[in-house]
Amino acid sequence: MSSDVRFTDFKSDKQPTWCPGCGDFGTMNGMMKALAETGNNPDNTFLVAGIGCSGKIGTYMHAYALHGVHGRALPVGIGAKLANPNLEVMVAGGDGDGFSIGAGHFVHAVRRNVDMTYVVMDNRIYGLTKGQASPTSREDFETSTTPDGPMQAPVNPHALALAAGGTFIAQSFSSDAMRHVEIIKEAIEHPGFAFVNCYSPCVTFNDVDTYDYFRDSLVDLKETDHDPTDKDAAKDVIFDTEKEYQGVIYKNEASVPFEDRWGISEDMSKIESKPPEGAMDLVREFY
Amino acid sequence: MPEDLNWAIGGEAGDGIDSTGKIFAQALSRAGRHVFTSKDFASRIRGGYTAYKIRTSVDRVESVVDRLDILIALTQRTVEENMSELHEGSVIIYDGERTTMKDFEAPEGMIGLNVPLRRLAEEAGGAIMQNIVALGAACEVSEFPIENLDESLEKRFGAKGGSIVENNSKAARKGQEYVRENYDLDLDYELETTDEDYVLLNGDEAIGMGAIAAGCRFYAGYPITPATNVMEYMTGRVEQFGGAVIQAEDELSAINMALGAARAGARAMTATSGPGIDLMTETFGLIATSETPLVITNVMRSGPSTGMPTKQEQGDLNQMLYGGHGEIPRFVVAPTSISECFHKTVEAFNLAEKYQTPVYLAADLALAVSEQTFPPEEFDMDAVEIDRGKVVDDETVGDWVNDKQQFKPHALTEDGVSPRAFPGTKGGAHMSTGLEHDELGRRTEDTDMRVKQVDKRNRKVQTAIENEDWSPREFGDADSENLVISWGSNEGAMREAMEFLEEDDVSVRFLSVPYIFPRPDLTEEIAKADEVIVVECNATGQFANLIEHDALTRVKRVNKYNGVRFKADELANEIKAALDEPVEATA
Ligand SMILES: Cc1ncc(C[n+]2csc(CCOP(=O)(O)OP(=O)(O)O)c2C)c(N)n1
Ligand code: SF4
Repeated sequence: MSSDVRFTDFKSDKQPTWCPGCGDFGTMNGMMKALAETGNNPDNTFLVAGIGCSGKIGTYMHAYALHGVHGRALPVGIGAKLANPNLEVMVAGGDGDGFSIGAGHFVHAVRRNVDMTYVVMDNRIYGLTKGQASPTSREDFETSTTPDGPMQAPVNPHALALAAGGTFIAQSFSSDAMRHVEIIKEAIEHPGFAFVNCYSPCVTFNDVDTYDYFRDSLVDLKETDHDPTDKDAAKDVIFDTEKEYQGVIYKNEASVPFEDRWGISEDMSKIESKPPEGAMDLVREFY
Repeated sequence: MPEDLNWAIGGEAGDGIDSTGKIFAQALSRAGRHVFTSKDFASRIRGGYTAYKIRTSVDRVESVVDRLDILIALTQRTVEENMSELHEGSVIIYDGERTTMKDFEAPEGMIGLNVPLRRLAEEAGGAIMQNIVALGAACEVSEFPIENLDESLEKRFGAKGGSIVENNSKAARKGQEYVRENYDLDLDYELETTDEDYVLLNGDEAIGMGAIAAGCRFYAGYPITPATNVMEYMTGRVEQFGGAVIQAEDELSAINMALGAARAGARAMTATSGPGIDLMTETFGLIATSETPLVITNVMRSGPSTGMPTKQEQGDLNQMLYGGHGEIPRFVVAPTSISECFHKTVEAFNLAEKYQTPVYLAADLALAVSEQTFPPEEFDMDAVEIDRGKVVDDETVGDWVNDKQQFKPHALTEDGVSPRAFPGTKGGAHMSTGLEHDELGRRTEDTDMRVKQVDKRNRKVQTAIENEDWSPREFGDADSENLVISWGSNEGAMREAMEFLEEDDVSVRFLSVPYIFPRPDLTEEIAKADEVIVVECNATGQFANLIEHDALTRVKRVNKYNGVRFKADELANEIKAALDEPVEATA
């Protein structure tokens, strides 16, 4: 662990344009602290950001970063990690980015279990496009495109992750800074795909899922006798929609990352200026 | 044209047509003969008719012709499907003991060889070897030394151990003897053998091999005909060189994985066909804007929509040239032959990295599913150069920072090309985005910077136009008044068509264009010619339109879009017709 890296090293000099009070500030600060405290630095970190207010994180953090197209951040992170497993890969985006347009990738990224961290900055609304329903919006949440509410069950991202074979499933809250950092650190250190859904309230377009709401209703799993290695206990938490939880919900301690199972270990950026030795054998094979 | 023999085996899907055909093709290749193979699927959707065709000669062959000399017909349908290619003296080998073939009679003028394939196979050890019995019969007909089959059988079945190779070899000889004893044939095919050693491969394999040779270590893809073979080829091979092949959940994911790997510094590729390109198009713009080098292979098939998935077409030219919103700098390279699939893939990787621009590698079904023999030197690994362009390391990163020590991945340079720092490079951390950005990669809507970045990206293309060789491949009579131009896979058919044309004293100059964008300026060549004909496999003449636009002129067009590639003799007739030369009726 290199102690000389401070979390501000992960901060770019670009001033965030998020609305004052936006939950994304806290989410990002926690990610930067967690990265620094787990011994990473901007030069070994690859950050992929989705599209949305949340996606702007790619500009406000300092690291090797790619701000991609809407909903496709996870595959970019997977490609980067497999091409150079020495990198610390972190992917961040909104609930629309991750569970609507990118839902297919979410399920498959979970299944694939590449060693990386995925933080969904969940505000239960579309922020950037100014307040439409998101897949995590409540059934009766009135928005410009859903005047009587979406009238559809919200996505349960943790349940999706568990069903897809997730090996690390957690929930944090952007304004509980200490716990948020703790949880992200644990996610970074998890060998495999670590999913952290982070409640990051939108103060401009969501007057239901507010700081007050989460503060009043969040149950911290750390303060209960929840055992995150117990899948059945995790299931109970995940399907208990009466309450909001924070903490590590499920963790599979036997997780082996995809790249280890596949024997992918090389930094693929390192190639010679000539074809690899033995390339002529590829031709001979066609005799 | 070469002194060739045209051979085919046809039946139903599941009859082992492909593997039998391949065994014969390999036997011919091992015997020092040139081979060009093609696969046939019925244009009508009923049953599962399939055929494997081989054209062989001691001279190089790079096309198919409209003629069939020996046909192994496992079904009546096989004969019907190939009626137009069969001619007087064609030999049809069939098993009259097979219920479906018991009333079969060879058409007038053709030679029917009724060989009890199944019975002889059973005698040799199992009915499963009936196709091999037919191969033995074909060896007898074509006077091809049967020993050559043995090596090929060894290659195919050797790993299975036991007496499989031996039994198959016995089965082949039973077929040979049966024909020898029961028919008195007076044909003189006499398939000579030579001491040459050839390799036999298809276009998808050549692309995969080119990619590995060029240092590609990361491949992500989603299965789609006819591009899947690229992925299957690379699987198990690129790993030997420290790489990986990932089957993504869809093409959106595939291209984004490849993009991620490229950002991490790997040479990365994805391959797909039209429907996959549709899905990848949004990310294509991101790749260009973030200045990420990536090779996207499009093995074209017939469209639009699901179209005819197993049929030939060059219908995606406009899509690759113009696809995506906004104005996207790009390169579009179209290999003109199976061996060029190898060379152009290498070139595509160098172009992508030197100019940090996405490259479409535009192959098509005709290249992908055909195999051709080549002297192995044609894939000379020593000649392959890998040029990674402007990559900085821990030491040189400092040459490209601003006064706050921030690295400038989109630095405004004279040639338009900026430095690249792979993650892990100390002091190189930076952001990249599909948003318009400044030199640091940070979002901007500054009008001045917007124009500068657009110009810079376009300047890279201009630099490439000036620094790289975009010449067409030239064949035929340089002084001819007749100019034929084609792009991509039509080269082989056209080169052989020229030999037919020569026989009829029709001279042509042929320019085969492997570069769609940037592309050679053919204005002068066109001005010199009296007649200009553009040949391509699509209905609307997408390339001809470009040529007309470039040279401010009108050209004649030869288009084919029924799903079948051009055949050399057919194309010769089309050219003659376009030149108002008399065309004789074909067989
Ligand atoms: C292909 C495509 N469709 C639509 C959009 C417009 N768009 C941008 S962000 C966004 C949703 C943002 O919601 P979310 O992911 O929850 O992020 P937030 O802004 O709330 O952080 C949409 C629909 C887009 N950029 N690309
Ligand atoms: S709109 Fe909402 S999500 Fe977007 S910056 Fe403002 S508060 Fe944050």
